[in-house]
Amino acid sequence: MRGIYIHIPFCLRKCPYCDFYSVRFDEHTAEEYTDALIRSFKNPKYKGLQADTVYFGGGTPSALPPRLTGRIMGALYDSFDIDKNAEITIEANPCTAAQIKLRQYREMGINRISFGVQSADDSELEGLGRIHDFERAQRAIEDAHRAGFENISADIMLGVAGQDVQSLMRTAERLTSLPITHISAYMLKIEPGTPFDNERTRAAIADEDTVSDMYIALCEKLEDKGFCHYEISNFAKAGFESRHNLKYWTAGEYAGFGTAAHSLYKGQRYYVPKDIAAFIDAPFQQEIEEEEPHSEREEYIMLALRVSEGLDEKKLISLYGEENTGRLMSLAKVYESHGLCRISGGRVSLTPRGFLVSNTIIVEFLHAVGLA
Amino acid sequence: MSEHNQSNIRNFCIIAHIDHGKSTLADRILELTSSVELREMEDQLLDNMDIERERGITIKARAVRLNYKADDGQDYVFNLIDTPGHVDFNYEVSRSLAACEGAVLVVDASQGIEAQTLGNTYLAIEHDLEVVPVVNKIDLPSAEPERVCGEIENIIGIPAMDAPRISAKTGVNIKEVLEKVITDVPAPKGDPDKPFKALIFDSVYDPYKGVIIYVRVMDGSIKAGQTIKLMATGAEFTTVEIGYMGAKDLVPVGELGAGEVGYITASIKYIGDTRVGDTVTRADAPCDEALPGYKKVQSMVFSGVYPADGAKYPDLRDALDKLALNDASLTFEPETSAALGFGFRCGFLGLLHMEIIQERLEREYNLDLITTAPSVIYKVNLTNGETIMIDNPTNYPDPALIASAEEPMVNAHIFTPQEFVGNIMELCQDRRGNYIDMKYLDDTRVDLHYELPLNEIVYDFFDALKSRTRGYASFDYEMKGYVPSKLVKLDILLNGEIVDALSFIVHVDKAYQRGRKITERLKENIPRQLFEIPVQASIGGKIIARETVKAMRKDVLAKCYGGDITRKKKLLEKQKEGKKRMRQLGTVEVPQEAFMSVLKLDE
Repeated sequence: MRGIYIHIPFCLRKCPYCDFYSVRFDEHTAEEYTDALIRSFKNPKYKGLQADTVYFGGGTPSALPPRLTGRIMGALYDSFDIDKNAEITIEANPCTAAQIKLRQYREMGINRISFGVQSADDSELEGLGRIHDFERAQRAIEDAHRAGFENISADIMLGVAGQDVQSLMRTAERLTSLPITHISAYMLKIEPGTPFDNERTRAAIADEDTVSDMYIALCEKLEDKGFCHYEISNFAKAGFESRHNLKYWTAGEYAGFGTAAHSLYKGQRYYVPKDIAAFIDAPFQQEIEEEEPHSEREEYIMLALRVSEGLDEKKLISLYGEENTGRLMSLAKVYESHGLCRISGGRVSLTPRGFLVSNTIIVEFLHAVGLA
Repeated sequence: MSEHNQSNIRNFCIIAHIDHGKSTLADRILELTSSVELREMEDQLLDNMDIERERGITIKARAVRLNYKADDGQDYVFNLIDTPGHVDFNYEVSRSLAACEGAVLVVDASQGIEAQTLGNTYLAIEHDLEVVPVVNKIDLPSAEPERVCGEIENIIGIPAMDAPRISAKTGVNIKEVLEKVITDVPAPKGDPDKPFKALIFDSVYDPYKGVIIYVRVMDGSIKAGQTIKLMATGAEFTTVEIGYMGAKDLVPVGELGAGEVGYITASIKYIGDTRVGDTVTRADAPCDEALPGYKKVQSMVFSGVYPADGAKYPDLRDALDKLALNDASLTFEPETSAALGFGFRCGFLGLLHMEIIQERLEREYNLDLITTAPSVIYKVNLTNGETIMIDNPTNYPDPALIASAEEPMVNAHIFTPQEFVGNIMELCQDRRGNYIDMKYLDDTRVDLHYELPLNEIVYDFFDALKSRTRGYASFDYEMKGYVPSKLVKLDILLNGEIVDALSFIVHVDKAYQRGRKITERLKENIPRQLFEIPVQASIGGKIIARETVKAMRKDVLAKCYGGDITRKKKLLEKQKEGKKRMRQLGTVEVPQEAFMSVLKLDE
């Protein structure tokens, strides 16, 4: 079973830290874009696609009027074989998730919603340039729950200006007292070219040591609250891990539709350029193959170390051979003695401290197996 | 004597401090003797190498024949022999001087005499050369030719009041210099009837002709096709081509006679066979004895040279082979370091020679190098009565086996404006120098004489001297001999393991300070690693300094959105590239800069 990703490149307002592709919402373009998306489902390459997850990402998918979301959902069911127990997620801004819209989402078959809450502290939210306050976010979550969503996720941001470990703990407390099943926690990163890309902001946000302390504290807190740390940035109550996102890390396949979407389909990676007008013009001529072909040998270590299951020694041996794997395992033992990873049951996984330095560990492991 | 009467030959060299205008004067002389068409003039014609042009120094000796019609109406042949201007090449300088009857001493009209000038002038006087002083740069507003002439008379003790006042840059009074050479420099007095006897003052390698030896014929004559013998090495060759050095090309001639300067080719493959200072004679009709003064050149400073990228080891070997073709004083042998892999232990005449070789390897052969701290040769007397010479800290014996140790000392002269004397004394004191004496050269300038351990100046003495005197001081040294010394081997440990490439030999009084500085410097230059790395300095297993490279906290790309893993891939590729530039020492990664940073400790 594969996943389906739909990119909705519209926002009411662009957040100053965000560098994902989106344009300002206008109804006419949204209409044209929806038509283009639906046409793109007819791409013969994806004929007969069976999917057990669907994910509306953005942008702000909830900025799309429900009738357009509904048309897309209808076309998905018409074009593809969507499993009846499929996980169907939509990302939503607390401000664009009115009660009635939430009910409509449920009626279309959407069963998982992910809110960009970011913080429970209004001054931190203001610093992030968000258009909602925490009360609004709280209400949106409760409304979604009342509308019948049993799988609700909230995003939070680490390292925001004015934030400290205590305020982050307060955010975690408040969020976990709400009916949510999943939390994504991202460390604020200043992306080049965004409004945050300036010296003043850089000086105001938390330094690396502080962000690292926050991350470790949050991991402990959420474990306490019954959220399992199943991926670098993701925490879930048992059984509520995002099945769609896990596909990315476990070499599961997914077909991406819309501008800026990425796919891994029949062993090949594709992407659609970030150009909404071009996509509207010719939806399925847009897909481009990634220059480097998908190779499990190249990608396994990098992807598998993102999830708490980590690396499987048997799999390592089949990909890289006994000798290389032996080198990797002895390196892992050194890291284990420094509290960066765990080795148990033939698996190597990272601890929270290891996740924090995972890029370096990945490169070292790649080096150990002769890939760097 | 074929074409020229010996009485119309003048063989001379030019002595000058860096920047005092030696090459510019040589250019003007070439121009004036119409040896080179004006349109072909390239500034500083005699210095061929980029490095020579840039640094304004001459590394290899060179010679050129010039024809000059003098004011007395006669035609003269000048052989101008350009000598290397640095103390590292002292021996080569002395051999070039031995090929001449006179030396033109160029002194800057505003700066006066410098240490190197004085050293080389004394060397010329020792070789019985007639010194012709010339005051250059009179076009400068700060020129004081009268004062400088007085200085030449006072310090060197040769008459200078009628010295030509010239500007090599603008071309003023150059002719006067040539007339002076004719009147003051004696003609050569070789015996054309004696057996052939010539002095090798340089040799270069040519891929087509083999080694070209530059000679000054003392007695007799030589033609192509005759068999020559090199007296020091005993090697014999049949000459292929005989000629002289024109301004642009080698010009073959039928015969070279007594008093002449020229070249010989004889299909010689190895430059090592043609040692500077050796005597060339005829194999079938040899001269009685060789010319005096020949020495086998000895390396004074040693350093490990490694390719930054281990895969470039063969390239480094080829490059060293090629450089050695033209530089008999460069020695190298393979060396292996646990830290740096395969490389070479190279021997140099001195610091400048070392720098030049490293720079040429990097520039002309496009190599990225890691060099270890320079070392001198220590004499170690073992408890079993044996004495060994150590040029590599790795081979330093266990302290229990050492009865005593000795290190080389130099006589150093530092010429400086008076105001910096305090700073320099402080520096020399810090470098374990013994003050010998101090002479006033004039009202403002001083000659400070110190005895210094060579191992204290091989590090960064030049840089330290420059920074303490705003570049005004100059420095010259000569070997003095060995003195007993309390030496220890200092090891550097990363994460508890000795890094062989960072070990060095040091005086016990300096060990603590040096150890602390190096550990500090390494801490600054080693990036944070996955876990804490202790950086330690130790002597014989006892830790004397310690720093810690802290553990890295955060290096993560937490957000990978919508299945777009390309960004993460690119980031990892970049990190992999970064890793390639690192040296893996056990579990620690050390960037090249860290190795280099410990070589320059004076800041």
